[in-house]
Formats: sequence, structure tokens, C-alpha cells
Amino acid sequence: MPETPRSSGETMIDIANVTRRFGPITALDTVSAKIREGEFFSLLGPSGCGKTTLLRLLAGFDQPTEGTIAIGGQAMADIPANRRPTNMVFQSYAIFPHMNVAENVAYGLKRLRLGGGEEKRRVEEALGQVQLGHLGKRRANELSGGQRQRVALARALVMRPKVLLLDEPLSALDKKLREQMQVELRHLQKAVGITFILVTHDQYEALAMSDRIAVMFDGRIAQIAAPKDIYQRPVSRQVADFLGGMNFIAADIVGEDGSEVCLETVGFGRVTTERPPGFVVKGRSATLGIRPERLRVLWDDDTSEHEIAGTVVDRHYFGEITHLIVEIPGLQQPLSVIETNDFGADDIPVGSPIRLAYDPEALVAMGD
Amino acid sequence: MRMLRTAMAGWLGVYAVVYVGFLYLPVLLLPIFSVNDSAVPVFPLKGLTTKWYDSLAGNDVMLSAAWNSLVVGCASAVLATVLGICAARAITRYRFTGQRPMSALIMAPLVLPEIIIAVSLLLVMLQLGLGLSLVTVVLGHVLICLPYAMTVLISGFEGFDNAYEEASLDLGETAFGTLRRVTLPMMAPAIISSLLVSFTISLDEFMVAFFLSGSDPTLPIYIWGQLRFASRLPAILALGTLMLAASLVLLTVAEILRRRAARRTDADGGLIA
Ligand SMILES: Nc1ncnc2c1ncn2[C@@H]1O[C@H](COP(=O)(O)OP(=O)(O)OP(=O)(O)O)[C@@H](O)[C@H]1O
Ligand SMILES: [Mg+2]
Repeated sequence: MPETPRSSGETMIDIANVTRRFGPITALDTVSAKIREGEFFSLLGPSGCGKTTLLRLLAGFDQPTEGTIAIGGQAMADIPANRRPTNMVFQSYAIFPHMNVAENVAYGLKRLRLGGGEEKRRVEEALGQVQLGHLGKRRANELSGGQRQRVALARALVMRPKVLLLDEPLSALDKKLREQMQVELRHLQKAVGITFILVTHDQYEALAMSDRIAVMFDGRIAQIAAPKDIYQRPVSRQVADFLGGMNFIAADIVGEDGSEVCLETVGFGRVTTERPPGFVVKGRSATLGIRPERLRVLWDDDTSEHEIAGTVVDRHYFGEITHLIVEIPGLQQPLSVIETNDFGADDIPVGSPIRLAYDPEALVAMGD
Repeated sequence: MRMLRTAMAGWLGVYAVVYVGFLYLPVLLLPIFSVNDSAVPVFPLKGLTTKWYDSLAGNDVMLSAAWNSLVVGCASAVLATVLGICAARAITRYRFTGQRPMSALIMAPLVLPEIIIAVSLLLVMLQLGLGLSLVTVVLGHVLICLPYAMTVLISGFEGFDNAYEEASLDLGETAFGTLRRVTLPMMAPAIISSLLVSFTISLDEFMVAFFLSGSDPTLPIYIWGQLRFASRLPAILALGTLMLAASLVLLTVAEILRRRAARRTDADGGLIA
């Protein structure tokens, strides 16, 4: 998201070859990642891929079967949850129902026995940070979903942890509130400068909020990268698919040269593109991908250096955009094209010939 | 068809009234005769008096039996509830082998004839060489109260989300501190309710106390002993009325607390689902 992440670059969390098995189930399979200080880091993946399991290992509620975790340079193996420099915002929020908002927020401070009104001051500060300053006396069961979420945040932040862990904190909120909280959470993270680790299965949430994203499938991390990189240069079809639509085009590898690969395809011809990290050549086939919004309709006499011709076979209208399905001679699958409706893409008749322009930069090579 | 149904509904109503009357009328006689100015409990009523109640106050044997009942009741309630908390927590929180048979066995005293329990306990106590005393009564009562305590406590613990305890640990609290500051307060209504139910059951229990109490009678045993003397019947009716009132109050409070506990965990845990 921001060009210059606030993170200082020092490693805050070092996850090294962590495996967690539950009987026959391998919930995490040799996961390694380095998360930087002050970074907003998201764990993104489908249900059951091991996100919560990893977060619970960081919080200390669970122990890895194999591998090590270090936080702030300190090995966590023998450190129980209550002595770790992490705090968690639970998916259920777990607001204590027998206490009011201020008591909930002060819960962890009570043990520190802060003197001279320091506790009260910190509670007020934390409530202020989440814009709940006026609700200190409310009881937990008198709060809305969004307010509970803020209380859970304040209760964790007031402890001034090195790392804040958030397990799908926004999933219980309705769409509008969720979008508002995404922005607020991001601002809050910048303001406090703490490392945030957010678990989510919503790709837009991860893309909009994170400095870096780890995409997980089946207990493994498939790719760790900044949102833009992960969206534009996914390392595998699986990652590409999970982060929105992508056209996949079968390709043959015709040349390789250090950081570049040369692919031969029907339709897009010969393409030389950046060799993605972790790209493993298996045989001669690979996949070329292009996002639907990176294909542009060429009107009338418009021409482009890079264009491809076909026939519109279907059209879906989505208000501000139209989704065109275009068959290209020689391609096994038709291409999806997303075009804004300013020039009348919603009026293109099905069956008419069409020419599409693309930027070769938008083509990405992926392993199969 | 409809006529049949209407007729059925009519008879059902009659049945319900007769049933409830049969169940509760005898109980109603207790307070009525306890304030009747006559040594024999027969109609017609003579006049209003509180002398039977007054006579109870000066009755040292009765007072000592009442004291025994109080002690046994409190001890049984606390023990059954503490054991119940452990068992209810294990059953609602962990999955372990033998869990179902285990909870079935804990619940079994609900349906076993009390006299069987009483006689077998007597045999065990004698074999163990334990002299019969209030202590043995308490042991027996714990056994009887436990299933009731468990029922109340399980319904309290079922809605209790693990995340509350994890949140507490996460905020730096120790395991013991978590128990003290989160688990017990959140469970308080269920725990108090379990204490009240157990106490009430122990207070009214006759069979086990009769077999195991030795020379220290509890109230029900004292009452049973007094029934031989016709002249003391009205005083016993007065005592019975008092016990009935106490049981009613305790059980009502217990039920209110149990419902409050269930609602509380619902209100805060329900959101997750
Ligand atoms: N305590 C446990 N015992 C047994 N299996 C478990 C346990 N916890 C997690 N698993 C399994 O590990 C896998 C990963 O679970 P996890 O909860 O980490 O998924 P997740 O990515 O958080 O999914 P979701 O998005 O649905 O929350 C799942 O297959 C799950 O069934
Ligand atoms: Mg999860």
C-alpha cells in the first residue's frame, strides 16, 4: 500500500520451519517467515489453511510440533502466553461480560499495579485511540459488534505489545462497517507503530491494509510479497486465482536466461517476462497469466503495438463495469475482459469481432 | 373429528386439574393445619394460632437437629459443587475416552432407588470402619447431590467460550488469576445455583441420613421420630411448613440464577456462532 512502509526493517518475528500436526492432520507444514518491526502483515488463505493455527502458535496458546519461533530476537519455546510480548484480538472478541468497558480495557494493567493514576490515564488513552472515550461505563452486553471490536482492540493495545495479533477481526461486521474499520485499523497501526499480524480470508482486506501478505494453502505459505506484487506477479496459478480473476494461457518455455524466461503462446505470441521467484521449470510447459482488467477494448480505428483479436461470446453487466468473454482463435479458454462502461462496453453486441490491447508488462509467467 | 378433538381437550383439562390437585392439595394441608388451634389435624378448622410455631422455638432437640441439617447441608452443597465444577468443566471442555460412560455413571444416582444407595453406603462405611456420624451423612449426600449440581453447572459451562480464558492469559494473567478473575465470576450464577439446589436436596433427604447418621439426627429424621407421638403432630406440621417454604425459596432463587447464567453466556457467546 504505502510506497515507504514504516517498518524499520528489523526482524520482529522469525518463524523457522514450523510444523504443527494434530494427529493425522498437518495444519502447518514447514512454514518459515520473517516479519519486520512495525509491519502490517497479513495471513491470507482459504478456510482451514492453518492461519489461526499459526496465530495461536505466535500467541503461545499452542506449541509447534517442529520448528522454532522467535519474537524480538528471543526464542519463544519456553515462554507461556501470559509472558509473551504479543496481544490478541479474538475473532469472538471475548469481551468479559461481567465487566464494563473500562474494566475490560484495564484487565491486563491491573497486574502491573501502576501507581499515580497511570492506569486510568492509559485506559483513557486506549479508549480514545479506538474512539470509545465516552463508553467506559457501558457493560459488555450493551455494545454493538463494531464497539465490541474496538473494546477488544483497546484492551490489547493498552498493554503496549510488540506484536498485535488479529484473527479475522472484521469478519463479524457488516460490509460498510468492515470497510470503515479497515481504514481505521490501518491508521491506528501507523499511529502506534506496532507490528500487526492480521488473519483474513478476504483478499481485498489483505490487499487494502497490508505492507506484506503471506498467502497460505494447505498449511504452507505459497508466497510472501507486498500487495501490488502479489496481485500482479503471483508465483502460482493457485495464488493468482485466490486474489481475484486471472486469465490463464498455456505456454511453452522456449528460453531461459537468469532473471527472465521466454514463453511461446498461441495468441500472445512469444513473450519474454520476468522470471518469478520460486519459478520451477518442470518440463517445457508453463502458464502465462493476465488480469482481466489489464485487457483493453480497442474501438474503431484505434491500434496498439500489442493487440489480440477475437469474438465476443458473452457479456455480463455490473453497473460501473462490464465483463466480456472473448474467444481467441487457438486459445483453449476464452479470455475474460473487464472494461469500464464510459465508452459503451455494455453495448458491444455478443458475436461481434473485437480487438484487445494489452501491456506486455501485465503478462506474468507462472509455474503449473 | 373436530367434535372428538373438542371433547378430548375438555377431558384433558379436567385431567390436568385433578392431577395438579392430587399433587399439591396434600402439601397445602400442611400450612393450613399448622396454624389450626387443635391438637388433631381434622376438619372443620377450629381457629387461628401460632402456638405450634412458638413451641418449636423452645424445643432444644429440634433445634439441634436443625443445626445438624444446616451443617450437613452446607458441607454437602460445597463439596458437591466443587466436585461438580471439576466434572462439568472436564465434560464440557475436553473430549476424552470413556467420557460418555463416565458422565452416565455420575448421573446414575438420579435414577437408583435411594434405599439401595443408602444400604450400600452403609455397608461400605462399616467395612471401612468409619463410625456413623454427620460426616458419613455428608458423604452420602454429596453422592446424591452431585447429579443435580452437575446438571446446573454443565448448563452454565456449556456456553462458556474458551476464548475468555485465553484472552485473560493473553493479557498477562496467570492460570490461577484467570480462574479467580474470569472463570469463577462468569460462572457465579451457576455456582450459587448449584449450591442452593444441593443444600435443598440435602436438607430434605431422609433415606441416606436415616441409615448413615448414627446418633445425630437431621431434621427429616427428627420429624420421623416425632410422628409416633400424636400430640406433637401439629408442631411437626409447623416445622414441615417452614422447611417447605425454605425449599421453595431456595429452589426459586437457584432457578432464577441458572437462567440468568444461561442468558449471560448466550448474550456474549451467541455472537460468535
Ligand atoms: N485443536 C485442533 N485439533 C485438531 N485439528 C485442528 C485443531 N485446530 C486446527 N485443526 C485443523 O487444522 C487445520 C487448520 O485449521 P485453522 O483453524 O488454522 O484454519 P484457518 O486457516 O484458521 O481456517 P478458518 O479461515 O476457517 O478459520 C484444519 O484442518 C483444522 O481442522
Ligand atoms: Mg481461523
